Amino acid sequence: MRALLGSVKALNGAEAVAYAVKQSNVDVISAYPITPQTIIVERLSEFVANGEIHAEYVNVESEHSALSTCMGAAAAGARTFTATSSQGLALMWELLYVTSGLRLPVVMAVVNRALSAPINIHCDHSDSIGARDSGWIQFYVENSQEAYDTVIQAFKIAEHSDIQLPVMVNLDGFHISHTLENVNILPDQVVSDFVGFRKPANVRVEYLGREVPAVLDGVTPISLGIIALSDYYYEFKMMLVDAIDKVKSVIKEVHNDYLKVSWRGYGDGLIDPYGVDGADIVLVIMGSAAGTVKYVVKKLLESGLRVGVLRLRTFRPFPYEEVVKVLSGVKVIGVMDRATSPGAYGAPLFNELRSALYDLDSRPTVVNFIYGIGGRDLEPLTVKRICEKLLEFGRGVKPASYVEYVGVRR
Amino acid sequence: MSSSINIKELARSKLKLLPGHRHCPGCAAPIIVKLVLATIDEPVVVVNATGCLQVATTIFPYTSWNVPWIHNAFENAAATASGVEAAFKALRKRGVVGDVGVNVIVFGGDGGTYDIGFQSLSGMVERGHNILYVLYDNEAYMNTGIQRSGGTPYGALTTTSPYGTVIPGKPQHKKPIADIMVAHRAAYVATATPAHWVDLINKVRRALSTIGPKFLHVLSPCPRGWRFDESMSIEICRLAVDTCYFPLWEYGGGVWRLTSRSLEIARNPALKKPVEEFVKVQERFRHAVSDDQRIIKELQAYVDAMWEDLLNRCAVRHS
Amino acid sequence: MSESDYIKELPLVPTTVRQSTEVKTGSWRGRRPVINSSRCVRCLICWVYCPESSIVWDGECVRVDYDFCKGCGICYRECPVKAVEMVPEG
Repeated sequence: MRALLGSVKALNGAEAVAYAVKQSNVDVISAYPITPQTIIVERLSEFVANGEIHAEYVNVESEHSALSTCMGAAAAGARTFTATSSQGLALMWELLYVTSGLRLPVVMAVVNRALSAPINIHCDHSDSIGARDSGWIQFYVENSQEAYDTVIQAFKIAEHSDIQLPVMVNLDGFHISHTLENVNILPDQVVSDFVGFRKPANVRVEYLGREVPAVLDGVTPISLGIIALSDYYYEFKMMLVDAIDKVKSVIKEVHNDYLKVSWRGYGDGLIDPYGVDGADIVLVIMGSAAGTVKYVVKKLLESGLRVGVLRLRTFRPFPYEEVVKVLSGVKVIGVMDRATSPGAYGAPLFNELRSALYDLDSRPTVVNFIYGIGGRDLEPLTVKRICEKLLEFGRGVKPASYVEYVGVRR
Repeated sequence: MSSSINIKELARSKLKLLPGHRHCPGCAAPIIVKLVLATIDEPVVVVNATGCLQVATTIFPYTSWNVPWIHNAFENAAATASGVEAAFKALRKRGVVGDVGVNVIVFGGDGGTYDIGFQSLSGMVERGHNILYVLYDNEAYMNTGIQRSGGTPYGALTTTSPYGTVIPGKPQHKKPIADIMVAHRAAYVATATPAHWVDLINKVRRALSTIGPKFLHVLSPCPRGWRFDESMSIEICRLAVDTCYFPLWEYGGGVWRLTSRSLEIARNPALKKPVEEFVKVQERFRHAVSDDQRIIKELQAYVDAMWEDLLNRCAVRHS
Repeated sequence: MSESDYIKELPLVPTTVRQSTEVKTGSWRGRRPVINSSRCVRCLICWVYCPESSIVWDGECVRVDYDFCKGCGICYRECPVKAVEMVPEG
């Protein structure tokens, strides 16, 4: 049965993303090259140049224009895709908010890379984590397979009639984007049937006296990108807040539907726990380093220690209810952030997770470990030492600091 | 090409920019939009850069646009329009929309075109999208309260090029944006004013019959920013053309042509008025009039040189 | 804005839901153009130049839609036969 469901290809993460886009009935692709995202746009260019897909590829002069082009195309009813990294995402910044504000279901792959200065091409999550308040749904994947699966799911989630929000699929620069793996590829028709074609949402327009698709069709006079002042702006923002709160159930639903066609799943679609049940200590992490952590944790479990890993698949929406549920009863939690937030008390994942746990009757000890900045390796030995530390805290040793930077020389 | 224009039919055609917009009295921008859109058949999509036009026409819950319209941000109207055009191409390929071509029209002010939006405009033209970009040029950032732009003329006062004791008004000349579009090998480039409305309509028609990126540079007098009586907007366009401050020309198929009043002036140079005629009716140049004429002389010299240059380009091609 | 005018069901995608023809900008006006129809030659130059689209041509007569006219006076200045007069608003 399983063998009938497609084939196995040796792909790196960037190619896996491109392949998913190829199969997802995308109408317009617009992107600007940046390391380490480039493989995605090179492959997509090839698919378009060879007529393998019907999509228009718009080769723009900047990331700002890449997202703008996708926005214009999405507003005209197209399914759109773009990809970027680091500085490119930073250049799009202004438009991240406009995309979600206009409720345009653009899907973007972000190949995570450190932000300048100093300039650096390697992985950390500072680029996308900084965009956490922009109203985009954010996934962080662990490997190429998940990158492939998540891009396909992203179109369905973004375009869901209750949601209509852009989705960012984050994959670690080089660790995932450039690492060759065996990736299970679904048959074209299975993916096409799963994602269908873009069906724009309707809006009710008083002067037309009816509901119309919120799309620039050339004929129906709708106005998108209007100005709303203090009398309505807040309500529009509230609708966005409410919409992203609904996303969790949609992610679970789409994840479950995908499980049925692919036989592949990642936890409940929001969180992916490993060994968390009955654990004394748990490490919380996002992205490719979860693999390293699982490797260490597996060995520790084998040695009889009660250690678990909780990988967050989504950071936006932040799955606080799910996290609280699986972590209640755990005494010590280490939160692994791959981003810095200079001047803050710890990095964003730590902050949000600790805040979510605050209302528990018996609060755990939560310590932040910031790692992997600018592509610095996270070695198994480092993870092992972190686990040992957490076990000590579990035995009553008070942490000297609740925010630790690991793997840095100073 | 210039088939006759039936004004009585135009005046009874569907209004694509509705009244009730919040432009200042006497603003030329809505005149330009009305005339351009009256010339354009549906299906059409209008893309608007941030600016007076966008703000004055779409304060929620009200819109003045009776055609499909989108505003994205300040500097990306050309890129947004590129996406709209690409979407129609892709949707046509999979049979969602018919074969009738959609007219994609951009309206951008001088800030969104000369300055912050220049890069995305350059990209749009370089890629060859089939889009008509209309620049309504009121020669400063009027929406934010009259700050200088790349389109502000030499010597003009704005709130960021004030009349200082050291620097009297804007020290730089207006950027030759339409020339730059010609240098981009745009398919069609023209200048126009709402006063010369037959010329404007004919240029929109020629633009629409040309495949590829088209650029129309339209002078848009601003009573508030230029400081003149709000009934004067059209008259000031005439003075701009009569003084050759803003000559009317078009470029297409490798040929430069003077049009309308500017062609008459070229044929009869006695019609050319001194630039002071244009300057003296606007308070933004009040210091230039009251001062020692140095600013007017510099402006006149620049206008003369640009006009000579244009005459050469048009004449060379005609010979 | 009165509470009764408030739009309770906002569109999911932020689009405007009403047309600006509900916004009577005529209240801005300090002076009004009055067309002398016996002098008017129906050339419709006033229609061409009106920024408010408030010159209405019904096929026979040219009139001003005072709901929207802001009184800028362009029609007064541009009328080739001087058929428009500007009158201060009471």
